[in-house]
Amino acid sequence: MKVSVISVLLYLVLGPVAGGLLAGIDRKITARMQGRRGPSVLQPFYDLFKLFHKQVVVVNDVQDFLVWGFLVFIVFTGGLFFAGGDLLLVFFALTLAGIFFVMSACSANSPYSSMGAQRELMQMMAYEPMVLLVAIGFYDVTGSFSVSDIIHAGSVPAIAYMPGIFIGFLWILVIKFRKSPFDLSTTHHAHQEMVKGLTTELSGNILALVELSHWYENVFLLGVVGLFVVTNAWWSGIIAVAVCLLSYFSEILTDNIFPRVKWDFMLKSTWTVTMVAGVVNLLILTMIR
Amino acid sequence: MLKVSKSPWLLHYDGSSCNGCDIEVLACLTPVYDVERFGVINTGNPKHADIFLITGGINAQNAPVVKQIYAQMPNPKVVVAVGICACNGGIFKDCYNIDGGVDTAIPVDIYVPGCAARPEAIIDGVVRAVALLDEKRKNMRKEAAQ
Ligand code: SF4
Repeated sequence: MKVSVISVLLYLVLGPVAGGLLAGIDRKITARMQGRRGPSVLQPFYDLFKLFHKQVVVVNDVQDFLVWGFLVFIVFTGGLFFAGGDLLLVFFALTLAGIFFVMSACSANSPYSSMGAQRELMQMMAYEPMVLLVAIGFYDVTGSFSVSDIIHAGSVPAIAYMPGIFIGFLWILVIKFRKSPFDLSTTHHAHQEMVKGLTTELSGNILALVELSHWYENVFLLGVVGLFVVTNAWWSGIIAVAVCLLSYFSEILTDNIFPRVKWDFMLKSTWTVTMVAGVVNLLILTMIR
Repeated sequence: MLKVSKSPWLLHYDGSSCNGCDIEVLACLTPVYDVERFGVINTGNPKHADIFLITGGINAQNAPVVKQIYAQMPNPKVVVAVGICACNGGIFKDCYNIDGGVDTAIPVDIYVPGCAARPEAIIDGVVRAVALLDEKRKNMRKEAAQ
């Protein structure tokens, strides 16, 4: 009990710090890959500070409420995860948070943010099956949906039983991190064919809340990556962090290598990977157990 | 240490430019000049932007557009006119359809001369714009306090 309270508090405080630093490292590495110097690693924090100090422009009250809902449910998702809660509930809360975000974009009555919202729904349709397979996979391996049980399940990391599901999860992380080639609904790159998509109508402090939610979300998602690796041995935590950083780096690399694709390619390829890597892995698991 | 000016996001609008200045603006983002090292992001969204970079003069068609974009940007904001066309109409000044520089439509804070404005001059303009952002932020605070 005590441990879970401490880890939730740590997540609440250090989540944005780690998320912001990761975003800064991302921008630095991206710049270096493109032969530029790049901004300071602390740049995302400067951006956040700036956004909080801009004039408040309220498009409509519902939108502000919905963005707050997004933040609260993302924090709830991550908090529940790091408290060792139920993995299914964690993923459902994540989806709910996503819906809040989509609704906030829909509420703005702007063609660009509506288009972004539609694309975001398409993205959710693409990654959601794989997310569920991750939860089922963990259940098959450890006999429990509870994160704390999964960690203490044994001395063999879950990734040994479900490498396919791990690959599938890395694939959908590209969508979740909003990285090229799957950054359809909104992007941090300068392509502007529909302005900024989902976040077009958000500005100032509300945009800052969205940034903050993304930092929390990214740390949580990397936590799920870590869950594939941790065992009941203490040193497995170090390996888990290393694997998290490595997968984050691979996402940055993907971001810089591949151009953005159309939605139908994203959907087809993601579902194909889900079928081939995820479902087959699950079938084999059910057979050998 | 933390200042608004540490994260200037800019919006680039092409008024009636010949594209010479536009290419120079984009050149600032390339590895040679890399303005992103100052935290500059080229955003396409007026609601996210702090600095409004305009190239080319104002004519009857783009005046309402420029005014609307300007109105959509949240304070504090700075307008930079890039190239002599944006400063006062330049070589197009006497054309029947040109009103003149950007300041015929909206208040301009920084003028960057040149035809085309060199990337060094544009960066200089952006750096001056960034300093102005802090000042405007301070004024905003003062007004709010009153
Ligand atoms: S200042 Fe020169 S280069 Fe720039 S838009 Fe005008 S004519 Fe073109």
